[in-house]
Amino acid sequence: MSVEKKKIEELHWLVRPDTIRKLWLGGCAVLGALVLADLFVAPHPYFGIDGNFGFNAWFGFAACAAMVFGAKALSLLLKRADTYYDATEQGSETDNV
Amino acid sequence: MSSILPPALILIFGAFALPIVGNRLRPVLLLGLPLLTLAQIWSYDTGTISHIGFLDYQLTPLKVDSLGRLFATIFAIMAAAGGLYAMNQKRIIELVAAFVYAGSAIGVALAGDLITVFVFWEVMAVASTLVIWSAGTDTAYRASMRYVLVHLFGGVVLMVGIVWQVSSTGSVVFSAMQADSPARWLILIGFLLNAGAPPLSAWLPDAYPEASYSGSVFLSAFTTKTAVYVLIRGFPGEEILIFVGLYMIFYGIIYALLENDMRRILAYSIINQVGFMITGIGIGTEMALNGAAAHAFTHIIYKALLLMSAGSVLYMTNKRKCTDLGGLFRTMPLTMVCGTIGALAISSFPLTSGFISKSMISQSAANEHLMLVWILLAAASAGVFLHAGIKFPWFVFFQKDSGMRPPEPPMNMRVAMVIMAAFCIGLGVLPGSLYAILPYPVDYVPYTVDHVLKMLQLLLFSGLAFFLLLPMMKRTLTITLDFDWFYRKLMPKVADKFISTFAPLDAAIRQAVVERIKGLFVAFGKLQQGDSILARSQQAGNMVMWVIVVLGAYLAFYLFD
Repeated sequence: MSVEKKKIEELHWLVRPDTIRKLWLGGCAVLGALVLADLFVAPHPYFGIDGNFGFNAWFGFAACAAMVFGAKALSLLLKRADTYYDATEQGSETDNV
Repeated sequence: MSSILPPALILIFGAFALPIVGNRLRPVLLLGLPLLTLAQIWSYDTGTISHIGFLDYQLTPLKVDSLGRLFATIFAIMAAAGGLYAMNQKRIIELVAAFVYAGSAIGVALAGDLITVFVFWEVMAVASTLVIWSAGTDTAYRASMRYVLVHLFGGVVLMVGIVWQVSSTGSVVFSAMQADSPARWLILIGFLLNAGAPPLSAWLPDAYPEASYSGSVFLSAFTTKTAVYVLIRGFPGEEILIFVGLYMIFYGIIYALLENDMRRILAYSIINQVGFMITGIGIGTEMALNGAAAHAFTHIIYKALLLMSAGSVLYMTNKRKCTDLGGLFRTMPLTMVCGTIGALAISSFPLTSGFISKSMISQSAANEHLMLVWILLAAASAGVFLHAGIKFPWFVFFQKDSGMRPPEPPMNMRVAMVIMAAFCIGLGVLPGSLYAILPYPVDYVPYTVDHVLKMLQLLLFSGLAFFLLLPMMKRTLTITLDFDWFYRKLMPKVADKFISTFAPLDAAIRQAVVERIKGLFVAFGKLQQGDSILARSQQAGNMVMWVIVVLGAYLAFYLFD
């Protein structure tokens, strides 16, 4: 048995590469099935746009992507080391405003 | 009917027995007091009311209606679950403070007048500060001081509003109003501050995560949800609340996405979830208000569960940062499962409690043809799954192997988590039990094929976005600046600058004054030296003569006055 194979077998079954690949495949199958289910379920749109095929799928994905990018952009401006307030609040001077 | 005793008093006064009783009896009280309070709440029929006189006003310390009873009920359940979870807590002062805090929240929920609301409101502020402070760390002490300053400020705003309102209307009754006068605006602002509304939202993620592993469980439940309650009762349909709520929703998501501390992630998500409720209150229809009330009820349970799960991790590992955690599912499977159930509930996953409550708010937006609000709520629902539904369990229990192999927490903590998880599922499967005690009759069916499918699409594709964008969400040892920067950084800096600028001037003025006084002393001293006027000897006859002059003048005044 190769060292690499032994290392993989020592891993918890849930984090083995093989399991992760199966989880991705299973996940994608579920996602595909959910979108296709739109073909069989009569939509009850409130505003029209939400009656489009797979609306909630692409909208959910796009909204999340926008929020992640938005958060990333905000972090460029507002991100600081998590020790940022320590110096000020322990009574000493700091110049990292 | 039993005697008219505000149920709040059982918890508030009972709390002071906790340090007196021994370690054996304390667990009995920790469970017994909240359950007794719950029984007392339900012993009163709706419509029960009691009055007492105070100065020229008639106060109503107890007024039972379906809205107040709903909130009092969940506060009592929360106190019991929190008490069970916190049985290992060695700092008894935290337990006393937490029970006074819970009791005061029940006091607000069952108060029928503004003065009683205010009194319990302020007791809550003090008690919750003690809960944070009792964590015993330096950072907790500093956070508790910032917390109490913000809340005392809010209390002053609320008090001015109430005094103004009472003096202009002559009534202390707490009922629905509109923000159409300065007094009512002040009341609204005072309420909103406790809800975590902008711009002072930062008090919540600043303070709650600094409490102990059990303290933050209590903190998550009462202050913000009491604010939701008073807003439902006081300002239903106030349009500005829609915008305030939507801001809170997205503020919570964005900041939680950037956060590294697991309990700060959950703290930001409290603001996010309260935002949904505030939006519902702003919409103001019966369904929206039912949705806001129901969501407050379910939120208290799943948020407590999430913080119990995070608290268990903190208790067993002493770690709180995502960068230090990961892979704990191996040895803490029950904590992981319970935390994941809480995460699914907060995400409104079908068959969990969040699904049957939050969807009422979205539905009411649709019913009122508020398309933009509805679209934003749908985007926010996806965002909740992103920032709390997956992020919390993923970074704490999975992501990487941190190498830590902590065991599960003690039995009482496990049981508390299992009970709350059971509530999350139970309410999700049997929504009728919650719908039956909401303030208005419910005409809503959450489980339709169309609704379930839409929600699953929305959530699972959010999950896909999370895993595809995971490299962008890699956690770092950072924080994100918030409004508290103004009072934690800028104001101390300005104060330092002021002092360093004016200190030399101040010193120069003081020096000049001191020199002047010294000069006077020297001059006076000279008068007493050598042959000066004060150093000369005087004859006794001179003194007698001056006494005669003075007495003569006195006689003259007396005779001619």
